[in-house]
Amino acid sequence: MTSLLTVEDLSIEFRTRSGTVRAIEHAGFQVHPGETLAMVGESGSGKSVTCLAIMGILDAAGRVTSGRIAFRGRDLLHEREACLREIRGRDIAMIFQNPRTALNPIRTAGQQIADVLIQHAGLTPGAARQRAVEMLGQVRIPDPERRARAYPFELSGGMCQRVMIAMALSCQPALLIADEPTTGLDVTTQAVIMELIDEIARTERTATLLITHDLALASEHADRIAVMHAGHVVETAPTQELLVKPRHPYTQSLIAATPGPAAALADLAAIPGSLPDLRREDLPSCRYSERCGRHDKACDAPLSPRLLADNHSVACRHPL
Amino acid sequence: MREFFRQARYVVAENPVTGVAFALFLVFVVVALFGPALAPHSPLASNTAEALHPPDAQHWFGTDQLGRDVFSRIVVATRLDLGIAAGAVALAFVFGTGMGLAAGFFGGWADRIIGRLTDTIMAFPLFVLAMGIVAAMGNTVTNIIYATAIINLPLYARLARAEANIRRDAGYVEAARLAGNSEIRIVVAHILPNIMPLMVVQASLTLGYAILNAAGLSFIGLGVRPPTAEWGIMVAEGASSIVSGEWWEALFPGLALMLAVFCFNLLGDGLRDVIDPRNRT
Amino acid sequence: MWRVLIGRLSTAIPSIAGVIVVTFVLTRALPGDPAVYFAGPTATPQSVEEIRHQLGLDRRWPVQFAYYLDDLAHGDLGNSLSTGQPVLTEILTRLPASAELTLAGLLIAVLIAVPLGVLAAVRPGSWIDHVCRVVSTAGVSLPTFFTGLLLVYVFYFLLGWSPAPLGRLDIFYSAPPMHTGFYLIDSLIAGDLETFRATLSQLILPAFTLGIFALAPLARVTRAAMLAALGSEFVRTARASGLSRWRIVAVYAFRNAILPVVTTLGMVFSYLLGGNILVEKVFAWPGIGSYAIDALIASDYAPVQGFVLAMAALYVTLNLLIDMLYGVLDPRVGISA
Repeated sequence: MTSLLTVEDLSIEFRTRSGTVRAIEHAGFQVHPGETLAMVGESGSGKSVTCLAIMGILDAAGRVTSGRIAFRGRDLLHEREACLREIRGRDIAMIFQNPRTALNPIRTAGQQIADVLIQHAGLTPGAARQRAVEMLGQVRIPDPERRARAYPFELSGGMCQRVMIAMALSCQPALLIADEPTTGLDVTTQAVIMELIDEIARTERTATLLITHDLALASEHADRIAVMHAGHVVETAPTQELLVKPRHPYTQSLIAATPGPAAALADLAAIPGSLPDLRREDLPSCRYSERCGRHDKACDAPLSPRLLADNHSVACRHPL
Repeated sequence: MREFFRQARYVVAENPVTGVAFALFLVFVVVALFGPALAPHSPLASNTAEALHPPDAQHWFGTDQLGRDVFSRIVVATRLDLGIAAGAVALAFVFGTGMGLAAGFFGGWADRIIGRLTDTIMAFPLFVLAMGIVAAMGNTVTNIIYATAIINLPLYARLARAEANIRRDAGYVEAARLAGNSEIRIVVAHILPNIMPLMVVQASLTLGYAILNAAGLSFIGLGVRPPTAEWGIMVAEGASSIVSGEWWEALFPGLALMLAVFCFNLLGDGLRDVIDPRNRT
Repeated sequence: MWRVLIGRLSTAIPSIAGVIVVTFVLTRALPGDPAVYFAGPTATPQSVEEIRHQLGLDRRWPVQFAYYLDDLAHGDLGNSLSTGQPVLTEILTRLPASAELTLAGLLIAVLIAVPLGVLAAVRPGSWIDHVCRVVSTAGVSLPTFFTGLLLVYVFYFLLGWSPAPLGRLDIFYSAPPMHTGFYLIDSLIAGDLETFRATLSQLILPAFTLGIFALAPLARVTRAAMLAALGSEFVRTARASGLSRWRIVAVYAFRNAILPVVTTLGMVFSYLLGGNILVEKVFAWPGIGSYAIDALIASDYAPVQGFVLAMAALYVTLNLLIDMLYGVLDPRVGISA
């Protein structure tokens, strides 16, 4: 199956006062049309940075030092800004964490959706406003007419997220990037929002790149999972296979650390150590080696992901 | 303390202008302290035969309408201008911090009364209030200091109040209370030292404003009387001359003013960068 | 809607009350003999006694205060010794001159500072950013009266581009027929372009002097606010949605950045009203500032008191208007709050 989005050998670094942070190194994954790929990892593992790079809206201090981001065959890293602007919001859309702060506080929900429609669908302001109300209905906001005239501070967190989803899906993009869309929402709302995303993705056949630190959430909603650690993609596999037969030690630790419904607190296994300081000059080629129980001399050699089975790749010298 | 100096060195390395400002500050302090000894001529000696001479080897900044040496007058005026500003800032600092601490820490009616007081002061355009105070209390230099102090009070009071409020329920304060310390002792021994750096930054930032204020008041004829040498009144005396082309009488005192204020502002910015880098612009 | 307005108005009442009390204390309740002040330096002991009785200064404080309030309610701010005219009348006559100057200064400041701050934020590290930062730091160090004199020296004496700093209009011209008291507007209404040009040429230098003063804080706040807005999460969402650069900067970032700028206007007005006095002295501008200065020098006390009261009342009103403007701009504190 041809992939919709292919990220190959992506490396990103950030210049800061205290040194250069090698945030992402040789990352690679694919998203196929219509599927949901979840990117899972601890905070600081580089999941969000990768998405911002795909969208081309990295912070000014960030630089892509190598790699290719192919969307429908075109390398986004070498496109002109004007082309990228057309793609953003129309072909690839993104929703963020903290929906209330991610929305313009002094602009109504309807206006913000209309802005996107006017920009990409070329609608007149009147038509855009109407379509915005329709979109609000589609994301199941009750009384969409009235809510379209509401400001973010008048809406609950869950409703703000629905507004963002409406904005993102208004032009029927091929790919939706959801960066921790439910973190910060209460559990019931989480479930409802994820259900909404699933349903719309299904009906519109939108591919979804779901970023989350919650392995359990990923397992419920994703077709495939890519595990990230300290800027590396360490394992990619179909969801069930990953959970039942993880091949990377980090993935196994993550699964062990994720509370299942029947688990007791004592059963949770913490992962020893913490993410390495990415400003170090002497980072090992496998950034998990210092936390790994299976580490040996062979692990210091340069590392790249190996395809173990048809759909299962892992970056480890000693896979499980 | 060592941490402070390390931070200070970092800031100066980042921004050499701060270092220059500090050096300039020292120059001003020295001139203020030793002014009369440094002046080549007597600031009060008038000599109408030499009135309004442009700068030359004898009189580096020229002479004014009464034949007095402008350079000497500027040097001597440094003490007065800096003294007025320092006095005003010191008063505002002491009383403002005290009031703000009381309002922020104790709350209740202290907060309400002090709040009402600062609000009332801020209801006036500050310079106008200073004018009114000096006009009411009498046209003396001391009253200029009081007036400038009063209009700067709210700044310190508000800052101290906000900081005291934040720290009122901090862990170490609770601990001190439980240990049996009286409220006053807590304020003085625990809260005050913690907010001191911020208040000092505020003081250096407002020193410049205080100088401008005092000079402005003397420019319109309040406070300082001739033949006293003070930068503001010197600019006023040179106003008519500059319009007809004799620029030196007003220009040099004006430049001295600008330089002093600029120096204090830069110093304040530098200090703030050392103490509270989050607030950089 | 009315409820909000009345709510806002009521917050101004404590300020006005404070102002009235302070002016009362300043003029009547200080140590020394106010009667002597009001009677003036040339008064005989007899006239001093007369004034004392007239002003009720021989009564107890609460009674004095009642008299004071009563006078204020009737618009009686006393009479000027030098001109013999009621202070209120003189202030009202001279107010438009000061207002025209202050507003012109504010306009210049805003027209320069806001674009400067916006451009500096949109292009960080560029020369415009450096200019903005220098202006913000250096601008607050400039003594208003000094910049005024410098401008006169350069543009009048050296270059001869500006007319002599002798007030609102050259003596060859007469004031346009009175509608607003603003010569610029009135001359346009009368279709008198000659007078308009003459007024403008007299107004430029003093307005610029005032404007430079207000420029610094405005530029600084605009730049900081724009930087904050451009780095905010909602702008990131807007960029991720592919909105055009114009829309992101002008509609999303700028409209949000304007809010802290409006809040700063209050402080800027405090500077402007104070700076007004100094500029009026330098340029011999016939406004209320020079009225007060002349009275001060002549030890004519009632005008000074009236001036302080008038300025404070003006300032409270301005702050109220700024508050309401903010309420209109920010839906979070506005009508729906």
